Amino acid sequence: MSEPIHRQLGMTDGEYDAVVGILEREPRPAELAMYSVMWSEHCSYKSSRAWLGRFPTEAPWVVVGPGENAGVVDLGDGWLAAFRIESHNHPSFVEPYQGAATGVGGILRDIFTMGARPIAVWDPIRFGSLDDPKNRYLFSGVVSGIAGYGNAVGVPTLGGEVEFDDVYAKNPLVNVMALGLLRREQLVLSAASGVGNIAVLLGAATGRDGIGGASILASASFDEASAEKRPSVQVGDPFEEKKLIEACLELYDRGLVVGIQDLGAAGISCATSESAANGGMGMDVDLDRVHVREADMTPGEILMSESQERMLAIVTPEDLDVVLALAAKWEIDASAIGTVTAGPQLKVMHRGELVAELPAASLSDDAPLYHRPVAVPEYIETAWATEVELDLRDVPNVLLQLLDDPAIGDASWIYEQYDHQLFLNTVIGPGHDGSLLRIKGTDKGLAVSTDGNGRRCYLEPRAGSARLVYEAALNVAVTGAKPLAMVDNLNFGNPEKPGVMWQFTESVEGMSEACEALGIPVVGGNVSFYNETDGVDIFPTPVVGLLGLADPMPQSPPRLDRAEDGMDLWLVGDDERDGDLAGSAVARVLGAPHVGRPASPDPAAARSAVETALALAHVAPVLHDVGRGGLAVAVAEICIRSGVGCDLMEREASSWFEESPHRLLVATAKEDGPPAASAKRIGTFTGTNIDFGTHGSVSVADAASTWRQAIPRRLH
Amino acid sequence: MRTAVVVFPGTNCERDVVYALGVLGARADLVWHRETDLSSFAGVILPGGFAHGDYLRTGAIARFSPVMDSVKAMADAGQPVLGICNGFQVLCEAGLLPGALVANRDLSFICRPVHLRVESTDSILTRSATVGDVLEIPLNSYEGNFVVPEADREALHTVLRYSDAQGGVDDDANPNGSFHNIAGVANRRGNVAGVMPHPERAVEDLLGSTDGRILLESYLASLAPIHV
Repeated sequence: MSEPIHRQLGMTDGEYDAVVGILEREPRPAELAMYSVMWSEHCSYKSSRAWLGRFPTEAPWVVVGPGENAGVVDLGDGWLAAFRIESHNHPSFVEPYQGAATGVGGILRDIFTMGARPIAVWDPIRFGSLDDPKNRYLFSGVVSGIAGYGNAVGVPTLGGEVEFDDVYAKNPLVNVMALGLLRREQLVLSAASGVGNIAVLLGAATGRDGIGGASILASASFDEASAEKRPSVQVGDPFEEKKLIEACLELYDRGLVVGIQDLGAAGISCATSESAANGGMGMDVDLDRVHVREADMTPGEILMSESQERMLAIVTPEDLDVVLALAAKWEIDASAIGTVTAGPQLKVMHRGELVAELPAASLSDDAPLYHRPVAVPEYIETAWATEVELDLRDVPNVLLQLLDDPAIGDASWIYEQYDHQLFLNTVIGPGHDGSLLRIKGTDKGLAVSTDGNGRRCYLEPRAGSARLVYEAALNVAVTGAKPLAMVDNLNFGNPEKPGVMWQFTESVEGMSEACEALGIPVVGGNVSFYNETDGVDIFPTPVVGLLGLADPMPQSPPRLDRAEDGMDLWLVGDDERDGDLAGSAVARVLGAPHVGRPASPDPAAARSAVETALALAHVAPVLHDVGRGGLAVAVAEICIRSGVGCDLMEREASSWFEESPHRLLVATAKEDGPPAASAKRIGTFTGTNIDFGTHGSVSVADAASTWRQAIPRRLH
Repeated sequence: MRTAVVVFPGTNCERDVVYALGVLGARADLVWHRETDLSSFAGVILPGGFAHGDYLRTGAIARFSPVMDSVKAMADAGQPVLGICNGFQVLCEAGLLPGALVANRDLSFICRPVHLRVESTDSILTRSATVGDVLEIPLNSYEGNFVVPEADREALHTVLRYSDAQGGVDDDANPNGSFHNIAGVANRRGNVAGVMPHPERAVEDLLGSTDGRILLESYLASLAPIHV
């Protein structure tokens, strides 16, 4: 006997009973399909919602917090920024090019839905080792997909971050963050209002692609049969999206929309129900009016299709003709598919037949909420009781091994495939700690950093996650930008396992504590559970996306390539802490057992480091966060980029590779003296070698060629 | 004297070109590709992007856009017509410039600054520069590899070639496999020019280079009918 339909759609028996309770009858097929997707983990956050309230979300500059398509913050002088982060993990594993491409397309719609012009994208991505051809295929496919879509849609990609670890081999992580800029009066929200107003579907024709993407791909674990899910991956068309962006921005400029919603997961059913529910209204929808690619699509297919590049605008009947004419000018299709009603029902007709009638709000508001069991996983006790043991005495050799690591080596193979300069805003582009964009016509700059560290979070989810926030804060501060607001993408394993839920709750707590310590509100986020393949969960991998505001922006912000012969090199931050090698890059690269307990952050030290960086960003030629690979890698990055050597003062070999938090490197002209009261001089830039004194030395040329080849040599 | 900056569906560098010309004190207006009358403009720029999605082949559909008749008329009248990146591809497809641009040698998109050596100053793109000047300008393309049939090579009017920082032109300095390292060409008369890298991305120190100014200034200095 075959499975009941609701189970095939990924619903539990209890969830099915809840639907029957709401409708007071058995659901029609189209209704069941709608509930199954809207109540999926991906759309409803049913396992995570109970915990997400922990995040601090308020600040005077927050205009729109979590819950809308994107968070919006006030930049002053009438400027707002809209930003969001999303994941496209499972689709990218099934079909890397289209999975990554549609991830970019989807997040851009979230931004221009708010009334903002998307101005930049970042892509934090994670794969298994490049030694495996499958991983090389996934990695290069994802990068091509991001480039192919992002370049053609005309939004620059400013970087992101990359990690390689075999825990991601069967479950790569493809996250994408987008930023948009708008004037305050351009802000648009999704709510439908006004009985009799018209719902206009704009953009691509609705086809059979991507049906069930959210429930089937994004909300279930993976196994051998997953390749058969390829038809659930959507196919993107950046040209259609580009026209849609321009058409929507002109609609807003001319005041022609009452509300607007993008079509993502669950397509028309989600967009119509959310618009209606957000406005406290209902909607009558006629599926015969939808422009479709194939004539014989079933109502369920039309409702659930995740065809890309579509928007649902609510307009007044008087403006309808103007809206349709404007769509025609931009050469996009448009159909009036529905009418706003007093509610609360969403009624869907197809060929004269009622195919769905349900309370619009029930799809979102009545979604299940689970308090899943939480328990400390077994590995923690052993890991914390074990010390990391590494032989780091050959400092130059260990440094070269680190520079040869594709996660630390030169990332230009990736970012030179991305247009990262369009719109003429890119002051600091990829390859630095944080990106910096100017806002033309103002003295302001916007900085962004995306940061994740799965290995550290696995060993210490709370401290590891908190440290991501602090690291991102330092990365934006070194460009002169004050941390303003954050979004997060919480990539975790199977939430039905108590150990995974423990990782999740600890991570939320750690990030929240760090946000509170720095006064950073969380204005949006995404939870990606079920990153599990063949029973193996990924490392808990929260990724933070932090936005900072520089006002005024430094006229000559610090860069890694501005060190010169004769300058002094200073370390700012606590240099006396015990070694922090647990979860470090050097432990990974040298193949040490994955054990130990990473250091906890120090909120006071973190604040002090951010303040110091903010002050120095206006005067120091080089300001660099000490991150992956510790001091040795941070120094080498400056030497390689600046083309100058460095005579370093003696210190214990292991301290070159420890990753203690809240530390900065500063280069200054000799006559300028210490850049901060707490600064400690650790070297002088000179010659052509990175010289570790009694530990030996390595030439900048050798370091540079190793660093440059780290990714290319593994691909060709 | 105003410049028309043509916007095809999928064009994306139009605002950057208008902005850069503005930095140089000049005025430019966006013109939708369905416009057929450019008589109020002294010159026209086809900017970068993905006109008509680059579907079929770069520029293959754009050459049929209604605006192209007026662009051709301006070219015939000796007025300045400049194509940047995708605009260069469109001018080649439209037969206003020789050759074509095909996929890069390494089959991957390239976004990075490159060096260009000025080869000829008899064009609206280079008239204010000096032969031998080396300029650092961002390249941003997938189909940037210039090819030209044997028959057109003798009459080819090369204005810019990819070089190293010292002006040396060799294979190592060729980012995309272009024939003879060619980055920019003009018609014989010099009033129609195409360039693969983006001069509008190099007009401010804040963004890394101001070497694009001399090229855009050349264009602006040409905004009266020229007789090279």
